[in-house]
Amino acid sequence: MSNTDIIIHDEKDNVGVVVIEKITPEQDCNCWIMENDKSVSIQSKDEIPLGHKIAMVDLNEGDTILKYGHDIGKVVKNIKKGEHVHVHNVKTKKW
Amino acid sequence: MEIPKSFLGYKRENGRAGTRNHVIILPVDDISNACAEAVANNIKGTIALPHSYGRLQFGADLELHFRTMIGTGKNPNVAAVIVIGIEPKWTKRIVDAIATTGKPVEGFSIEGVGDIDTIAKVSKKAQEFSMWASEKQREECPMSDLWISVKCGESDTTSGLASNPTVGNLMDKLEPLGVHLCFGETSELTGAETVCEKRGKTPEAQAKFKKTWNDYNDFILKEATDDLSESQPTAGNIAGGLTTIEEKAFGNFQKIGGCQFIDVLEPAEEPTKGAGLYFMDTSSAAAECVTLQAAGGFNIHLFPTGQGNIIGNPIEPVIKLTANPLTAKTMSEHIDVDVSKILSREMNLSQAGDELIKSTLRVANGRLTCAEALGHKEFVMTKLYRSA
Repeated sequence: MSNTDIIIHDEKDNVGVVVIEKITPEQDCNCWIMENDKSVSIQSKDEIPLGHKIAMVDLNEGDTILKYGHDIGKVVKNIKKGEHVHVHNVKTKKW
Repeated sequence: MEIPKSFLGYKRENGRAGTRNHVIILPVDDISNACAEAVANNIKGTIALPHSYGRLQFGADLELHFRTMIGTGKNPNVAAVIVIGIEPKWTKRIVDAIATTGKPVEGFSIEGVGDIDTIAKVSKKAQEFSMWASEKQREECPMSDLWISVKCGESDTTSGLASNPTVGNLMDKLEPLGVHLCFGETSELTGAETVCEKRGKTPEAQAKFKKTWNDYNDFILKEATDDLSESQPTAGNIAGGLTTIEEKAFGNFQKIGGCQFIDVLEPAEEPTKGAGLYFMDTSSAAAECVTLQAAGGFNIHLFPTGQGNIIGNPIEPVIKLTANPLTAKTMSEHIDVDVSKILSREMNLSQAGDELIKSTLRVANGRLTCAEALGHKEFVMTKLYRSA
């Protein structure tokens, strides 16, 4: 088994979580999907630290972010596959 | 792993069992703190529980104050209680309710006596209680005597990935043994509230949860000046990679594993529907939440953290676990159980759950938690609104 760089909770999720100290731009990353024990790979575009999220697909303003297979907020600025997903491009749908 | 059937606890007069054997000096109100702390300083083996409230409260807020005071005294981790208040009436109300457990309890009031003579009088009684409690021995108690509360703090994405699911795994394994379990944090279920509601075992439990969350959300909508940014999620949560309250909520929710809750408790309310999982309406602030759960009668606490919360409680031992490898390294003196190997896939969830069960039992049997060794005794009353 190769090292896991990114963990994805659910097959439906469009984001993954970095689980190594950080990933660097243009790094080829191994992703493990917990729900079905499958592996996928992705090339990063940004430096992303431990615990932060990476976009697994291109996302447009207004799209819903899925994590745990559930709605965790909306995209407020277009995000490319492999980019860092956080408070600068995603907001809550509550409050 | 075969789960042990028993632990070594302190059997109490009312049939409950404690994981600790504290003698507490409980001030009814803020102005009795000095007296309580002086007594605890005089008499070894006692602890004072100072706090900020207890005067001119009214209505539901006052009821919650009494429930927290009385529940703290009744907790089976407490062997004996001294209650000190400025006035005799509220003091007596608390003493009488704690006395229903059968444990030694005595009340004192300061008005008309003054601090110095009160301290002398109370110290004599506290010495008697402390020496009496020191002879109590741990005995074999069934696992069902464990009442486990859970709450997470300084969460990050590793909490939802690994440390919270580890607690969930423990719940799944211990629930069939007749353990009482409790989760709370009404605010931090926002975004996962409909998924959580469906985990109610009965339509009544579901409806009660829905009403509790709706009432809370209405209050937030009324009081909030902005989108609660930096409160939910906190700056620490955001540094750890959590982006929205919804993401935090689904991570938080992993703590209950596959369990269903049988009832919804008011803050500090003692469960009465037997073994199983309960939801308690609490704030998500760590010390407030654990104080309420301890007052509900829970005798051991599991606290998953991501970025490194350092909380402890004076009467309920708080076991901390983390899956964040940086936190496990940089804040090791606060971490009782390191499950960061889940992230590198060197450990699976079930193995992590087993490790947590082993650590929980060691603490139940008397091993100090990191928070106890470091002297963390956060006792924080929840206040519902301003006093009269």
